[in-house]
Amino acid sequence: MFLSIKNLSVSIEDKLILNDFSLEMNKGEVHAIMGPNGCGKSTLSNVIAGNEEYTILKGEIVFKDQNLLDLNIEERAQLGVFLAFQYPIEIPGVNITPFLKASLNAKLKKEGKEEVDALSFAKELKQVATDLGIKSEMLSRSVNEGFSGGEKKRYEILQMSILKPSLAILDETDSGLDVDAFQTVTQGINKIKNDNNSFLIITHYQKLLDHITPDFVHIMKDGKIIKSGDYSIAKLIEESGYKNF
Amino acid sequence: MSSVQTQKQLNTYANEKYKYGFETFIESDKPEKGLNQGIIRYISAKKKEPQWMLDWRLKSYEKWKSMKDSTWANIEFPKINYQDIYYYSSPKGFEDRPKSLDEVDPKLLETYKKLGIPLEEQKVLAGVAVDVVFDSVSVVTTYKGELEKLGIIFCSISEAIQDHPDLIKKYLGSVIPPGDHSFSALNSAVFSDGSFVYIPENVHCPIELSTYFRINSEDTGQFERTLIIADKGSYVSYLEGCTAPQRDTNQLHAANVELIALDNAEIKYSTVQNWYPGDEDGKGGIYNFVTKRGLCKGKNSKISWTQVETGSAITWKYPSCILKGDNSVGEFYSVAITNNFQQADTGTKMTHIGKNTKSKIISKGISLGKSQNTYRGQVRFLKNAHNSRNYTQCDSLLVGNQCGAHTVPYIDSKNKSSIIEHEASTSKINEDQLYYCRQRGISHEDAVSLIVSGFCKQVLQNLPMEFAVEAQKLVSISLEGSVG
Repeated sequence: MFLSIKNLSVSIEDKLILNDFSLEMNKGEVHAIMGPNGCGKSTLSNVIAGNEEYTILKGEIVFKDQNLLDLNIEERAQLGVFLAFQYPIEIPGVNITPFLKASLNAKLKKEGKEEVDALSFAKELKQVATDLGIKSEMLSRSVNEGFSGGEKKRYEILQMSILKPSLAILDETDSGLDVDAFQTVTQGINKIKNDNNSFLIITHYQKLLDHITPDFVHIMKDGKIIKSGDYSIAKLIEESGYKNF
Repeated sequence: MSSVQTQKQLNTYANEKYKYGFETFIESDKPEKGLNQGIIRYISAKKKEPQWMLDWRLKSYEKWKSMKDSTWANIEFPKINYQDIYYYSSPKGFEDRPKSLDEVDPKLLETYKKLGIPLEEQKVLAGVAVDVVFDSVSVVTTYKGELEKLGIIFCSISEAIQDHPDLIKKYLGSVIPPGDHSFSALNSAVFSDGSFVYIPENVHCPIELSTYFRINSEDTGQFERTLIIADKGSYVSYLEGCTAPQRDTNQLHAANVELIALDNAEIKYSTVQNWYPGDEDGKGGIYNFVTKRGLCKGKNSKISWTQVETGSAITWKYPSCILKGDNSVGEFYSVAITNNFQQADTGTKMTHIGKNTKSKIISKGISLGKSQNTYRGQVRFLKNAHNSRNYTQCDSLLVGNQCGAHTVPYIDSKNKSSIIEHEASTSKINEDQLYYCRQRGISHEDAVSLIVSGFCKQVLQNLPMEFAVEAQKLVSISLEGSVG
């Protein structure tokens, strides 16, 4: 199993958020998680990424045969876990190019590969940005600083495209996007999707799933998955909401 | 991100040893400790100074005797015993200045090599002339010939007293009068050496002029004196940087720097200050009481101060601008990083006298460990400063929860048409930002360094290119535990 989450219970400030949560994903699969607000979707993505604000009460997360709960945030990232943030963070004064280069090199170093030099990295970044329809002016700006919501989401997809994670978690990346930004997101995902990586997509809308056909759709409620199935579940939710679950 | 982990990280930073802590063994030629008329006569005689210079020093000493050290700064330190300090020391045998590097003590050159200062050809090729101050005597001046062709004078202040007495008599003490405060009086009485720069009318100085200061002899007070004059329509960029070797006893440093810009002239003065800050327990370290003041004397003149302050046990420093000429501009860009038990009380004074004068203040304070970091700034508009403006932005970043950041702005306006804008912020290093960086695979330590350098960028980008690299390195060294 590529990613295996078993009986995971998680709390924050004594409030139970994930309650005996389990999920298994194979390599090359796309899983979508839907569910009403407050059901624990974002907590799930942050706990996989290693956010230290949460308390793990029980359970395990195994990814690529490693116990993720033993690794810190950067170690998980270097192993190939990427989280596209629901609300990407602004880092004033830090330019995206050296920032992303440092990220990529940390990962390459961990994998025992040769690090990229500044020049070839800048070239690659420009190419990837152009392919995603991101203007090169955006590459000279600081990380997320003064960006609109849509620009931030595009930036997340740009970073994902450069880092080529083996597990990409997209936390409501499609929320609040205009048509163009939406296209960047779907294009970006489809472009890097292959048999060796997996996607965990958290969304409220069927629309995204029309463009990226998931292999499985899970409905989450009160901190656990209450129903799993194929793409047709998403349609059902779009029509009549979560009340039937 | 747990604050526990951040705290652990900070402790690693706090344990960072001063990296430039080595000492060169050169026999010092120094008289007895203590401050009196005798020592002042000794210093003056040693430098073969004319009578008028000695008189000026003695008059300053009389002023100093009647003054008390100012106490308004947010710093704490034991009372300075002025009789327990050496007031003059020079590497032996340097009264007759060496004609070339071959004549310089190899140990001295070794010291600079350790500091990564390429004193030799490569420095000249890099386009930087260096006036090196080792202890108190200027040792070598390079690139002088090239500058002389343009009529630029760049030499030690001792030489200038001999060779350019008219300029010295006219300008020395004209911006910082000896009686201004106790440290200016002290400096005026016992100043050892420093740099002198004169840029003639309409000359654009083609290279960055640079001086490296270094304290090297135990218990030796350092009293540098620098005077820079930019004549009408001229431009000069001046760099000052320093590191000092590790030692146990506190060292007093009271430099005076005076800048004068005449009509349409511009002076850009950049400093990277890395004096020994004391050890992890706050023991030792330099007391740095610096007076830096620039006079925009002519119309349309401009003076810009940029400083990166990472060292010293105590930093007491307010590079200021007196905007006397109409349309003159004063700028102050500052990064001050304090760690362990360091105390910094730094900022600026902008005094608007002329019409349409403008000033801009950008201050970034970063506190780590148990340090205290204060921004103190004064903006004054006198009654004829019509249509003048000031913009002030001071941001403080706290790393950890045992340090302090303080902002003390004084604003005084006697002119109704003047406009003042003031923005201030204090923030803790943001856990969300750290989480974001780390999620991208960047280690906790590198993430802190990245965020801090981003915070400082507005200031660092004002430094000349080659200096900016050094400053960036210093910022990282000040923050990082194992890296750097």
